[in-house]
Amino acid sequence: MLKQTEGSQAVAEAVALSRPEVVCAYPITPQTHIVEGVGALVKAGTLKNCEFINVESEFAALSVAIGSSAAGARTYTATASQGLLFMAEAVYNAAGLGLPIVMTVGNRAIGAPINIWNDQTDSMALKDSGWIQLHAETNQEAADLHIQAFRLAEMLSCPVMVCMDGFILTHAYERVDIPTQEEVDAFLPPFEPVQVVDPAEPYSIGAMVGPDAFTEVRYLAHHKQLRALDLIPEIAEDFEARFGRKSGGLIHPYRTEDAETIVVALGSVNGTIKDVIDAMRDDGHKIGCVAVCSFRPFPLEALRDALHDALRIVCVEKSLAIGIGGVLASAVRMSLRRLYREVFTVVAGLGGRPITRASLRDVFERAEAEMLDDVTFLDLNWEVVNAHLARAREVRKSGPIAENILKAMHADEGADIEEAEAGE
Amino acid sequence: MTTDPVKTEPAVGSGAQQKVKFYQTGTHTVGNRLLDEAQRTVQASMDRSNAITSGHRACQGCGEALGARYALDAAMMATEGQLIAVNATGCLEVFTTPYPETSWQIPWLHSLFGNAPAVATGVAAALRVKGRDNVRVVAQGGDGGTVDIGFGCLSGMFERNDDVLYICYDNEAYMNTGVQRSSATPPAARTATTPAVGDEPGNVFGTGKNLPLIAMAHNIPYVATASVADLHDLEEKVTKAMSIHGARYIHIMVPCPLGWGAASHDTMKLARLAVQSGIFPLFEAEHGEVKTVQKIRRKVPVEEYLKPQKRFAHLFKGEGDVDRIAAIQRMADANIKRFGLLDGEER
Ligand SMILES: Cc1ncc(C[n+]2csc(CCOP(=O)(O)OP(=O)(O)O)c2C)c(N)n1
Ligand code: SF4
Repeated sequence: MLKQTEGSQAVAEAVALSRPEVVCAYPITPQTHIVEGVGALVKAGTLKNCEFINVESEFAALSVAIGSSAAGARTYTATASQGLLFMAEAVYNAAGLGLPIVMTVGNRAIGAPINIWNDQTDSMALKDSGWIQLHAETNQEAADLHIQAFRLAEMLSCPVMVCMDGFILTHAYERVDIPTQEEVDAFLPPFEPVQVVDPAEPYSIGAMVGPDAFTEVRYLAHHKQLRALDLIPEIAEDFEARFGRKSGGLIHPYRTEDAETIVVALGSVNGTIKDVIDAMRDDGHKIGCVAVCSFRPFPLEALRDALHDALRIVCVEKSLAIGIGGVLASAVRMSLRRLYREVFTVVAGLGGRPITRASLRDVFERAEAEMLDDVTFLDLNWEVVNAHLARAREVRKSGPIAENILKAMHADEGADIEEAEAGE
Repeated sequence: MTTDPVKTEPAVGSGAQQKVKFYQTGTHTVGNRLLDEAQRTVQASMDRSNAITSGHRACQGCGEALGARYALDAAMMATEGQLIAVNATGCLEVFTTPYPETSWQIPWLHSLFGNAPAVATGVAAALRVKGRDNVRVVAQGGDGGTVDIGFGCLSGMFERNDDVLYICYDNEAYMNTGVQRSSATPPAARTATTPAVGDEPGNVFGTGKNLPLIAMAHNIPYVATASVADLHDLEEKVTKAMSIHGARYIHIMVPCPLGWGAASHDTMKLARLAVQSGIFPLFEAEHGEVKTVQKIRRKVPVEEYLKPQKRFAHLFKGEGDVDRIAAIQRMADANIKRFGLLDGEER
């Protein structure tokens, strides 16, 4: 049914239609509306046969999910930011145990400084944990991805994270088509676990594994993700056949045919990027973009094909690998093995800073003109940065200067810097 | 899949149980089968489950291995084999499951050091939603996993009154990582992180958490302390706990020969001395109220308990650390008074 609804509510309804049997979560902005929505559906009896468990922390939330999934119940949780990092140990563990838990991450920056707004640093921190990571571009896709995520998770016995940009998607009201229960039931069969703690067939799950077998176990986790590279498009095709719309899959190319410059990005920013590309195409620029939906497994081959004929690639990333630059860009470079292309990193939207069309167009044009740095911080305020760098240098000034002279100097410079900042 | 599941034979009713060993103690007395049926221990029964088979890698004389075996066999008996065990990281987990082997004949799940209570909550929730009310859940961890890193999850599990029996095997330190102090380590005990050097030898006084009392403050249906010194009592408490629904907690003292610096054959003796000196009171509480205590038969001075253990050796060097031994004696006496452990002394 088509309706105008908040992204979080759409996701809550899609999750409920997937019939989870255990849901547990701990509140954190911007995830809260999602689990409140699921909780309300449980309370109202719309979602039947589901235990909604309130816990004391995110670490407990995912731990409860580990227990219930290992005992054979379809299990869902959601978190963001500090919450995801607080559960990090259990994130790796759920993947290691091969438990098909589905978790929404309402992407949000990580403190310090504390910041509730959107970027993707949180899920990036756990990209190598063994979870599948799907990134939604729109609220429709966010809802649809959850239904597909349960099927994928259970086919592979592997946890799946559905990432959606905090606020930009979670809190935005948009038109979303929510399928019927019958449609979802036909698409998503009941959960049949491959391993389960059950007195009828006692297994030891979570044994200690030494150097003799650990690499093999890890390889098998990697192998699962490689299998997902086939399953994700298959599931997306089946979804399209039944629900009549494209959602999910590995990548979404847009106007890439004959493009000399291709922009690669994750999540909702692709909407803005497409607008910029339309405008630039109108002005004769040969530019296109690719939204990466499946960040783990990373679709090296599909992306290589999509980027094959471009001259340069610009990765717009809402996260920063501090000390090196782009997270997405390094994966994109891997996909270009033996293809010699310029790959630029544009770090954008950190902590919720708006990503404007004008700024994007500016960097894309500079890339076309071969004038872009390898790593660019979109709309970085250099005055602030330089003032702080100057202050840091002054504070560390050393030498045989009498302490009182130093103090006086600092007082003066402090005043100067304050003035400079106030003027910004 | 860190942990490909290790398949074991069904523990109960399959005929595949490990052969039960009995020990001849006299002409006709095999085990305790001369006792009335009602007085026999679970371990004396031919139908016991052997939840943990022998051949695991615990040290000789490990109190934790012994306690876990008795506790889980009793829980299996009480639930007619419908039991799932969740384990925290620690000695018990490590010595029972070196892949691809396992000592567990019952379904067993290990996730992390600090989350066993929450994982057990999840298992219980799944069983509830699946309508499998006859299957019960036990979670277990060492004192470190329980009083320290898993404390938040445990308190949450108590507060929600989830249908889980949590068993803490208290060997009074982090043994699995090489005998470091936990917040259940007793005062004056030497551990790798509370070395006996200088003026303040061993663990400081006035620290430590009394988890049975903290559990009682959560008003959960059942809290008990038990000891490998009295395995019959331990079995009874586990059996009783399994007859109750909701959150339950049993804190079992399990001496660790390695960590305590004691002889392997002294495990039971030390456990008994801890009880008989008043250091480790045995009691049961329901909904926050103490209901029963086990009286002390012959009160022994704390020296008798402390002396055989190398972790307290510094207290007995030269003249002996009279003040600190007296302080420990005062703690034991306070327990005796608080719980009314001596006949004629009311609580
Ligand atoms: C998060 C985390 N921190 C530390 C460890 C290392 N570690 C494993 S077992 C253990 C101590 C276990 O002590 P305890 O719970 O008392 O059990 P015991 O081995 O004494 O039976 C520690 C510190 C870990 N596995 N995980
Ligand atoms: S170190 Fe202690 S607790 Fe661990 S196996 Fe040895 S005796 Fe048992």
